[in-house]
Amino acid sequence: MTILGAIQPMLTSGLDGDNAWRLEHYLKRGGYSALKKVLAEKISPDEIIGEVKKSGLRGRGGAGFPTGLKWSFMPRDYQGNKYVVCNSDEGEPGTFKDRDILRYNPHSVIEGMAIAGYAMGASCGYNYIHGEIWEIYKRFEEALDEARSAGLLGANILGSGFDFDLFAHHGYGAYICGEETALLESIEGKKGQPRYKPPFPANFGLYGKPTTINNTETFASIPWIVNLGGDAFLNAGKPNNGGTKIFSISGHVNKPGNYEIPLGTPFSTLLEMAGGMRGGRRLKACIPGGSSSPVVPGDVMMQCTMDYDSIAKAGSMLGSGAVIIIDETVCMVKALERLSYFYYEESCGQCTPCREGTSWLYKIVHRIENGNGREDDLELLESITGNIMGRTICALGDAAALPVQSFVKHFRDEFIYHIEQKKCLVPVDIQRAGSGFFSALS
Amino acid sequence: MLEIEIDGKQTQVPAGSTIMDAAQLVGAYIPHFCYHKKLSISANCRMCLVQVEKAPKPLPACATPVTNGMKVFTHSELAVNAQKGVMEFLLINHPLDCPICDQGGECQLQDLAVGYGGSEARYREDKRVVFQKNVGPLISMQEMSRCIHCTRCVRFGQEIAGVMELGMANRNMHSEIQTFVGRTVDSELSGNMIDLCPVGALTSKPFRYKARSWELSRRKSVSPHDSLGTNLYVQVKNNRVMRVLPRENEDVNECWISDRDRFSYEALNCSDRLLKPMVRVDGSLREVDWSVALDYVAHGLKDVARTHGGNAIASLASPSSTLEELYLLQKLTRGLGSGCVDFRPRRRDFATDAKMVGAPWLGLRLSEIKELDAAVVVGSVLRKDHPLFAQRLRQLARKSGKVSLISVTGDDPLINLNARITVAPSQLPFALAAVVKAVAALKGIETLDELENVQPDAASVSIAESLLADGKKAVFLGNLAEQHPSASTIHVLANELGRLSGAVVGFIGEGANCVGGHLAGALPSSGNAYDMFVEPRKAYILLGVEPELDCHNPGMASAALKQASLVVMLTPFKSQAMLDTADVLLPVAAFTETSGTFVSAEGRIQSVAGVCQTPGDARPAWKVLRVLGNLLDFGGFDQESSEAVRNEIVGNPGEFAGGLDNSVAGVSVRLEAAQMDLQRISDVPIYFADSLVRRANSLQETRDSVSPTARVSAGTLKSLGIADSSLTRVVQSSGETVLSIAVDNAVPFGCVQISAAHASTSMLGDMFGAIKMESA
Repeated sequence: MTILGAIQPMLTSGLDGDNAWRLEHYLKRGGYSALKKVLAEKISPDEIIGEVKKSGLRGRGGAGFPTGLKWSFMPRDYQGNKYVVCNSDEGEPGTFKDRDILRYNPHSVIEGMAIAGYAMGASCGYNYIHGEIWEIYKRFEEALDEARSAGLLGANILGSGFDFDLFAHHGYGAYICGEETALLESIEGKKGQPRYKPPFPANFGLYGKPTTINNTETFASIPWIVNLGGDAFLNAGKPNNGGTKIFSISGHVNKPGNYEIPLGTPFSTLLEMAGGMRGGRRLKACIPGGSSSPVVPGDVMMQCTMDYDSIAKAGSMLGSGAVIIIDETVCMVKALERLSYFYYEESCGQCTPCREGTSWLYKIVHRIENGNGREDDLELLESITGNIMGRTICALGDAAALPVQSFVKHFRDEFIYHIEQKKCLVPVDIQRAGSGFFSALS
Repeated sequence: MLEIEIDGKQTQVPAGSTIMDAAQLVGAYIPHFCYHKKLSISANCRMCLVQVEKAPKPLPACATPVTNGMKVFTHSELAVNAQKGVMEFLLINHPLDCPICDQGGECQLQDLAVGYGGSEARYREDKRVVFQKNVGPLISMQEMSRCIHCTRCVRFGQEIAGVMELGMANRNMHSEIQTFVGRTVDSELSGNMIDLCPVGALTSKPFRYKARSWELSRRKSVSPHDSLGTNLYVQVKNNRVMRVLPRENEDVNECWISDRDRFSYEALNCSDRLLKPMVRVDGSLREVDWSVALDYVAHGLKDVARTHGGNAIASLASPSSTLEELYLLQKLTRGLGSGCVDFRPRRRDFATDAKMVGAPWLGLRLSEIKELDAAVVVGSVLRKDHPLFAQRLRQLARKSGKVSLISVTGDDPLINLNARITVAPSQLPFALAAVVKAVAALKGIETLDELENVQPDAASVSIAESLLADGKKAVFLGNLAEQHPSASTIHVLANELGRLSGAVVGFIGEGANCVGGHLAGALPSSGNAYDMFVEPRKAYILLGVEPELDCHNPGMASAALKQASLVVMLTPFKSQAMLDTADVLLPVAAFTETSGTFVSAEGRIQSVAGVCQTPGDARPAWKVLRVLGNLLDFGGFDQESSEAVRNEIVGNPGEFAGGLDNSVAGVSVRLEAAQMDLQRISDVPIYFADSLVRRANSLQETRDSVSPTARVSAGTLKSLGIADSSLTRVVQSSGETVLSIAVDNAVPFGCVQISAAHASTSMLGDMFGAIKMESA
């Protein structure tokens, strides 16, 4: 991971060498001090939740829901099992931060989950890991073994009387299993399909018990907050957008990769960290928060800072922090075709608007891209997305519709050109010049 | 109670209600597909989206809980736009060829498309094609492209039938409903999925393309197959029964019917129908006129009575006969001076006859089952004997009621059981006695002296505890318990269990008139259904019975008929066995063709009209018996209608019959295990249980209709020394046959399960008698 010298990282600090993921190394870096502090000082759950609320930590999985608030939804006096679940089913195109956290710093997640279990009165947790990163699943299992044998997981942790068991569970690569209730279904051994809410997981979650689901990065931030306090975390970012965040940068930059920066950092700084635009080309557009977030034109993006509020103002979402950089060599119709294919393929098929709508959207965009567009197609696309959005069981319907709406809105001329001229507005040789595949061939 | 306003109409609903519940209360119709009142909520079709005040998005009415003061608009612009949008999505991949779809005219999608569909399609891409599947003889999955993925069929399997035979495989628009690879749908309730399917994806294989729904007249009837009194609609075209559908009655069958009720109508149109009276002349049966046949019968019976005494005549009726038929048959028999009349051909132990206070019945109403906290079923193959009764117990167990089973077969009732005891038939009374003993011990009170040596085990204690918890409890005796050689002991033990634990005791009952037969007095005063064959009679009158399939000891029954000088059969069907043994065959009306009354296990009196005419010269049996009474110059055979006959029996009937009581006095418990090296266990396979289903072609092609095997545990096989054989010769009484061996370790040790009611086992003896097995 690359860290810019001037900026103090939190999640990725001290990750040097191949063995940084080991328990030994983590302890040397001060790992598990937060858990030890909580257990030794018997900090009350309310105090921890209060501190997390104060920190302004917002869910790092995509929705950006305040974590402390989510934790406070868990019923206090519930008799029986409660669960904390970590969502490491990182399937959003463009996102690859959680797997690096698990690869290089798995104990931060384990520690964060144990503290979450303590704060919410849960004695059991699951980490649901994406099925296509098998070696990382195996590494996390190893880290769990280390933690267990060090007495940092299991019964009576560090003699405190607090019990917390944590298990890794791997999926098989379905995007929809990243939706929290589909993830729960999948852990239960059922087909991964979202549940209708209400009831919400805080009341009826895993095996029907109160459950809190957070993203990997969210849990990894918890030890820091406990150690240094919510205020310090908040101050590392900006108001309402506490802390640092890892951004996964992909696309037409010189140095794609994961970058941890404080929220509120200008986008231009981030772009600079990633080595700037490849070949010095113009930034045409940016998808700032993973494939489900609306695309933002390059010039608008350059004015943004990287935090939830600023990106929202620009008409998009910070999402999971997957920044997809698109330069001027890209045909936006072709780009949308690829995105729409993804959502068509990954719709779980449960509810009507998404099952039928995503395939319809893809078929139309595919037609336009292949020179068979019709005059009324753009109007039809807008109408179909309108009929999908807000009418489905989960957010996948919206996630499929938002890219279509934003691409057509911001790059309408390219779509019209495609429909009328039956070819790309961006000439093919320019497209090839921008493509790593074609430049490797020549 | 919560206040809610729907389309301006105020109402109050209990907490936990959904908008859909509330809309039904105020009579506002909200379009829907996946929602069904008896199934769990899945909210996947999205057709029921409505506008809720203050909610930014339309919400699904089926899944949105009502909150106090909620305002709902089901026809606002927002709601209708959402509904129309969903309808468009549903139709883009759905074939728009209603005129050639079997569901056309009775299709929810077609109906709602009229209101919410556009007149022109905006979808101009290729449509999805879903391959057809073969899932057995009853459900057609020929047109799966029509499926709208509502998952009603899947949820029905999981929740109502208790077994998930259909599921939705794959993702996205490639999702499809299918069985596990290569499997068929075998549930005894599977046909309900056809009704539940809102489109033409699941259709009835036997009915497919036979008629249009609007050509059919819909007539009320009641199922003759089991003791539930299932309410049916029989659909008729050109005097032919084309289809049978459930008639909703929440107190009886809810909105379900079993496949046996649904598909047995095929037998009505089969080639086995007896169309003309036949009389044996010079050794062969000849078709004759009714007057000749009836004269012959009247004279024949009079002759036998005069020469050999009245008791040389025996009458046996099927328990599926109507109340009127049973009444007139016993009246005719008694008029001939015989007390030998019965309607329980599979019964063996009659010690409680004349010792009972009233007619045996279920002990409670069917609708009360859901209120039970514990139920114990003794001696039943629940799913096969009483599919919908089993369904009610399944729902009870799902809602935390404790259901236990004490029986002799290892079949899966698909009920989440509290405890289960499976023993050899000879041990069944002991197993029940152990529960009685356990209850007495837990309560610290005395019980019957005869149980002194009985020792309860863990399972009987668990059952006892479930019966001693607070609340309503019941002990149900199934068909096996009534067919058992110690049925009277089981009955008395069950009554004792009821007395000690406060549980209701009831009989689930075999046959549609299991209670009605008692009310009709079709009970022996001398010579019961078993004894009439032990001591062969000179003359037999058989009503709707096929003795070689329906009797407790078919071999003995067939032999007795062979030696008789006059065998009169009133039957809708003819079979080779009938043609061989009968002296007179009188064609009578089958189910749906005659008016009549059924009194079900819960005592419900249901009279039905005939819905179509009898084929050929067949006549309703009650009329035949009435005319026979006239010809014999007996008084009291002047009824002009079946209603008049019925009123003679039950007066002007209310909803339920009176005089139902399971108490029995003066019958003692006899706990002595019959000594047998190998005991037979007989189940009555669901699609061989009566003369109608035996001839229903599609049902005969199901997995439940495979030929009987000798089902036996590996341990028993080893002890018999035939462990390495695939065929076995079984010998019982004077009959023997060769069957293939099916190893099933759920069969109790020392027993072999060989189904009754099948031609391949009709030469064998007692259903639960000693039997020999050797390698073939």
